[in-house]
Amino acid sequence: MSSTPSSSLHLAVALDGTGWHPASWREPVARPRHLFTARYWADLVAEAERGLLDFVTIEDGLGPQSSHWLDPDERTDQVRGRLDAVLIASRVAPLTRHIGLVPTVVSTHTEPFHISKAIATLDYVSTGRAGLRVQVTARPNEAAHFGRRTIPRIQAYDSPAAREVVTDLFDEAADHVEVVRRLWDSWEDDAEIRDAATGRFIDRDKLHYIGFEGRHFSVKGPSITPRPPQGQPIVSALAHDTVPYRLVARAADVGYVTPHDTGQARAIVAEIRAEQAAAGRVDEPLHLFGDLVVFLDDDPAEAAARRERLDTLAGQTYTSDAPIFTGTPSQLADQLQELQTAGLTGFRLRPAVAGHDLPAITRGLVPELQRRDAFRHTYEADTLRGLLGLARPANRHVAD
Amino acid sequence: MSKPLKQIHLAAHFPGVNNTTVWSDPRAGSHIEFSSFAHFAQTAERAKFDFLFLAEGLRLREQGGKIYDLDVVGRPDTFTILAALAAVTEHLGLTGTINSTFNEPYEVARQFASLDHLSGGRSAWNVVTSWDAFTGENFRRGGFLPQEERYSRAKEFLATANELFDSWHGDEILADQETGTFLRDAKAGSFVHTGQHFDIHGQFNVPRSPQGRPVVFQAGDSEEGREFAASEADAIFSRHATLEAGQAFYTDVKSRLAKYGRRPDQLLILPAATFTLADTDAEAEELAKVVRRQQVSGATAIKHLEFVWNRDLSSYDPDGPLPDIDPDVSDNHISKGRAQVRMYRDPLTTAREWRELAAANNWSIRDLVIETGNRQNFIGSAETIARTIDDLVQADASDGFILVPHITPTGLDEFADKVVPLLQERGVFRTEYEGPTLRHQLGLAHPDDLQGEQRAAS
Repeated sequence: MSSTPSSSLHLAVALDGTGWHPASWREPVARPRHLFTARYWADLVAEAERGLLDFVTIEDGLGPQSSHWLDPDERTDQVRGRLDAVLIASRVAPLTRHIGLVPTVVSTHTEPFHISKAIATLDYVSTGRAGLRVQVTARPNEAAHFGRRTIPRIQAYDSPAAREVVTDLFDEAADHVEVVRRLWDSWEDDAEIRDAATGRFIDRDKLHYIGFEGRHFSVKGPSITPRPPQGQPIVSALAHDTVPYRLVARAADVGYVTPHDTGQARAIVAEIRAEQAAAGRVDEPLHLFGDLVVFLDDDPAEAAARRERLDTLAGQTYTSDAPIFTGTPSQLADQLQELQTAGLTGFRLRPAVAGHDLPAITRGLVPELQRRDAFRHTYEADTLRGLLGLARPANRHVAD
Repeated sequence: MSKPLKQIHLAAHFPGVNNTTVWSDPRAGSHIEFSSFAHFAQTAERAKFDFLFLAEGLRLREQGGKIYDLDVVGRPDTFTILAALAAVTEHLGLTGTINSTFNEPYEVARQFASLDHLSGGRSAWNVVTSWDAFTGENFRRGGFLPQEERYSRAKEFLATANELFDSWHGDEILADQETGTFLRDAKAGSFVHTGQHFDIHGQFNVPRSPQGRPVVFQAGDSEEGREFAASEADAIFSRHATLEAGQAFYTDVKSRLAKYGRRPDQLLILPAATFTLADTDAEAEELAKVVRRQQVSGATAIKHLEFVWNRDLSSYDPDGPLPDIDPDVSDNHISKGRAQVRMYRDPLTTAREWRELAAANNWSIRDLVIETGNRQNFIGSAETIARTIDDLVQADASDGFILVPHITPTGLDEFADKVVPLLQERGVFRTEYEGPTLRHQLGLAHPDDLQGEQRAAS
């Protein structure tokens, strides 16, 4: 049993470069010249761990960042370039002990076989703290980086053609996750026997072909990597609409959603829970986290002024798919607890400026939530599944 | 005048997924827990080794249609484990084998450039190729690649990756907080590649890494492989660790460099080498025999005989005589997923020779497999092994060795403690690392300096 009270919520932080505001790199605390060093990422994750957060996610992409939703923008006034998120996570894993590490992986152009063993390996390296956040890409320029297929250009978000493209990409993502998960289970936990009498290192009856055949790929298996410490590392996805809600409901352990108020949160939670029931997963735990961009200061006017200053530097008002919070840690705690009543089990906060708002979360928000008995006072588990209250799952090939 | 002493390069091969690795030894630890990799890497770094080397296999081996269960089975993802090892070491190079058939240049270039950033310039890439449909069954591409195209794909893959590495020059990131200019050039990372295997364009999204490009290794031994190495590689992971074979290979490959405008010191020859170390030479010889018997159990002997016979020989007694029947020479091979079986190109002749050898020496199947199998390259006391290694390198049989211990993860400990100090005393092995990057340890120029050098020479 978890020692955390039931009213407590889960907290993750989404790391992306110097922060989510496009002018964040210009803040004195931002360290933009260190973005491509291990030290930069180790420091951020250490700060998150200091705040007892459940996990960090790390953004990634198979092309340059862009302010445009579909094409490169050729801007020179924002951070461009990033390191592979799985490798960042692995690089910091030996330097941390408790915090979960959840890199983004793109399902659209990658091999599920490679992703499965990479996350399994991250789970070994972190002794049970790995997860992934699966993402699709409809960007034509990113498809051209691989040259294997063209993705029809989406003209408008709401057109039927766009829905078809998006549905197809999410179908592929669902297949991708299915293969990744089956490969994690393709070795039973006790497959390695080291039986000197027969000379066998493994009991091959405890290794399983996965025999997946899908529209975009077929994968035979088994994995080359034994079943990871958590059995099934965490699978998570960000979702804004019915198609991705379905992916979350069917395949994820954690879904990130972006309701702007409690009413919206209720509606989204209801929709995903209904999909979850339809998928026959009603008994499986599925966390739904609200995403928020945060500007945090002890004085609300200071937070607002900082946001304004950054907007001025950026030359435009910052907008986001997620609600943007500006205020004090105490006000944020109020808002999170209010949203929690709608059925959200946790939150993934996107620091507007990593160097400022991450410490404000760990040193301001976390103590505030602890005072309200709404957040852990110490890490109560050694694995990410443990922190999220998820049992280590039985292998699908092993009868209960 | 004697020529100056060559400095020896040493690397540590994490014990592999094959029968060289003795898992049945009481000292043998996990092959998958990170603590094993960390111990192994830290031992190599303590001994001032140039780099750690990781092999790769993208499908579990099978024999007779069943997963091969007698050797160590299971390994981590190459990139992910190397990135983690960068956190527990400071100078050790991190060399990973990455297949050019079941990956795409954009991803692999991102991963190597990222690893190079995250390790402060210690990444290296052993470029291997494969074509088998067997492995392809785990991937989107499947096994479509004809065997004759594997080097052409590998070459174009590497060339394309180099174009991606070079698409950033290193001076693009200004990150000027005052003026608000992050990038000097909006087009940073732009590339266009049109070729037989890849037709891609766009922008690479990882800025120039400390080494510019990862150090490139090549491992193939064929004519094509040697030519590929001479034109493209910084080092060769070779299999010729003996004096004569080593010298022949060394001379052959180094002589191919001139036609690519390269000097002999721009390509290092580093054979894989096993060793058995003991207090005296006599003890080491005895120990080496014990290890070879550990490496070839009766069950393993039968399976190895099947490589040549290409038949199910499970009914044979490993302590009995060799089969009278001849090998099956049909194309469909009993063993899948290993390169080794291709070494027996004429199985009928090999079978006949082996029967004669076994009869002449009164060998059982297991004896035969042990005696014809690989003997440890270096057997002896620390003094003997240090002298042997030094002699081989000074005689241009190699530029150093990639040592393959047979015990995970402690198999390198004794070598580090006993042999390395003797090499240092002989003045042929470093006592301190030469610099922060793997190129420093290997004496290889940074690609930018190299291009400058070539421009100046032309």
